Amino acid sequence: MSHKAAPETGSVTSLGQRLLAPGDGLRQWWSTLSRPMKWIFGVIGFTLLALLPLHTPGFIDTPGISFGGTMAAFVMVAIIAIGLNVVVGQAGLLDLGYVGFYAVGAYTVALITSPDSPWNKMRPTGFFSKDWAWLSCVPLAMAVTALAGLILGTPTLRLRGDYLAIVTLGFGEIIRLLADNLSDITNGSRGLNQIAYPRLGETHKLPNGVFSSGNSAGHANYGTWWFWLGLVLIVGLLLLVGNLERSRVGRAWVAIREDEGAAEVMGVNTFRFKLWAFVIGAAIGGLSGALYAGQVQYVAPTNFNIINSMLFLVAVVLGGQGNKLGVIFGAFIIVYLPNRLLGVHLFGVNLGDLKYLFFGLALVVLMIFRPQGLFPVRQQLLAYGQSARKLLGSADDSKAVA
Amino acid sequence: MSEPVIDEELAALHRDVQAAEGEPLLETKDLTVKFGGLTALDSVTFHIKRGEILGLIGPDGAGKTTCFNAITGVYRPTSGTVTFDGSPLGRIKRYQITRRGIARTFQNIRLWGEMTALENVVVGTDARHKTSVPGALIRTPRHRREEKDAIERAAALLQFVGIAHRGEEKAKNLPYGDQRRLEIARALATEPKLLCLDEPAAGFNPSEKSALIELIQAIRDDGYTVLLIEHDMRLVMGVTDRIVVLEFGRKIADGLPAEIRDNPAVIAAYLGVPDDELG
Repeated sequence: MSHKAAPETGSVTSLGQRLLAPGDGLRQWWSTLSRPMKWIFGVIGFTLLALLPLHTPGFIDTPGISFGGTMAAFVMVAIIAIGLNVVVGQAGLLDLGYVGFYAVGAYTVALITSPDSPWNKMRPTGFFSKDWAWLSCVPLAMAVTALAGLILGTPTLRLRGDYLAIVTLGFGEIIRLLADNLSDITNGSRGLNQIAYPRLGETHKLPNGVFSSGNSAGHANYGTWWFWLGLVLIVGLLLLVGNLERSRVGRAWVAIREDEGAAEVMGVNTFRFKLWAFVIGAAIGGLSGALYAGQVQYVAPTNFNIINSMLFLVAVVLGGQGNKLGVIFGAFIIVYLPNRLLGVHLFGVNLGDLKYLFFGLALVVLMIFRPQGLFPVRQQLLAYGQSARKLLGSADDSKAVA
Repeated sequence: MSEPVIDEELAALHRDVQAAEGEPLLETKDLTVKFGGLTALDSVTFHIKRGEILGLIGPDGAGKTTCFNAITGVYRPTSGTVTFDGSPLGRIKRYQITRRGIARTFQNIRLWGEMTALENVVVGTDARHKTSVPGALIRTPRHRREEKDAIERAAALLQFVGIAHRGEEKAKNLPYGDQRRLEIARALATEPKLLCLDEPAAGFNPSEKSALIELIQAIRDDGYTVLLIEHDMRLVMGVTDRIVVLEFGRKIADGLPAEIRDNPAVIAAYLGVPDDELG
């Protein structure tokens, strides 16, 4: 998970490198925009994205599966990618068990709201009303996952590099095995059913609201509604994570990633900032898990396989580690392509079944020609980058002492 | 809005230096560092006065860098004490040593390559900042004030060392000499009472060395105390106020540059002793 740029081979750029490079032009264009312009283009972009499930062009549509559902899965993985990007892309901590946090978030909601769970706290016996249960469980799920991140991170973040990767890999598996084997609590491999979800827009036609799985026909099905909810959350997360990036926190993360020893000597409390990265990443993973539990209304251990951890990591690496917009694109590829190819048959083979083969190949190609990802990033690390630029423009090095 | 201008005064030390000049800022007493059976540093006792430039010299393998690392907390001394600014350094963490007021540069340059020069220096200023994660998340007034101060001070420091025009370039893309200067600017940004320079002139040509001498003197004039490890004798003799000489982990001399130049033990350590003078 090195952040070293591609070997600079001078003017010799292979075809492969050029084919994978359109992200550079886009990034260049984006970085020249002023902040208000970024906002305008951002709002337009997100609006177009939000309208996609309502007016789906034929070539984008997923014939084998609901397009709204695909987009709902996309926003969940996008949220995960944003969280994992904080840990892997910004702070440079290789976390191979991120799916564990996703699971903790999903199971927190499930254990509180599913009637199969012994810890069910729904009315009439419990505290949560049907209407507000899901929403009040979301911050709870984030808090529990953040705590899980703290518990995992405190002993393990003293490890570096490969050792951390191995321990986190173990964590992901432990969570899944716990869910599988604590049958008295988690209902084992049968999973937990009838999880709460937001009750909004309840009408005669849709007695359980637009977010219920009953809303499966019509213009905007329940997947589309979850997609919209996810988009709103993504915008909020991008703003918050961006604030962190352009502060001493984001700078500390990059310093740790680039040279941890030098960071420590320059007064960065490396352990504390690594722990923060872990906890923030975990909380964001928990948020996504809560969304997942609400949308599917069912969680089971098989949903949290270690292979999902790898897929999340692929989204981050593909999109460009450190680039929070790039990793959203990475998430889109990871979710959309398998669903798009689901109904496509070539030589009698369902291409959708070959997704791991494709992602493996894509990663190999990417690592050879473009190890920095499709959208590598020049991270903005200053809250007042513009005025810093002006200030440096006024600099006069002849005033230097020597 | 008026055009922003760098305030040169910001490059100078702006925290109080409590004691008077000439008082000892750092004292080592019987400082010993052992690696297994090897004694790299053997009962070294010396002190650095406030406002002076102290040179730490010695032949290769004399223990200069070990001494440096023991002071800056990279190694824990096997025995002996380091007293800084009136209290022992003891068993505190490395980042806390920086906050106590000791900053250093590295013999082999260790900048954060993917960050710009300015950002490298801003991380140095962050050592004095208090904003934590929740504060940065919601952009508290303190966070904004610290961010503004940071870029102003960092820009002033870049101008002070003479590389402000390269402030927006990635550190890894700077020329070698500018990277050395950037390391000094980054260390100064942590507002140290004691600045430790580990062979800052390594790989410099004579004109770059004279420029470096001027820079080190300007740093001292701004109120910093400097500990300098250096091989180059011309540079050491030209810039330091006092010199401590190590050989095989022991202190063999301590005095003014002129005294050190004529000290037979130092000459013997550097040049060897002719056979006919051996007893």
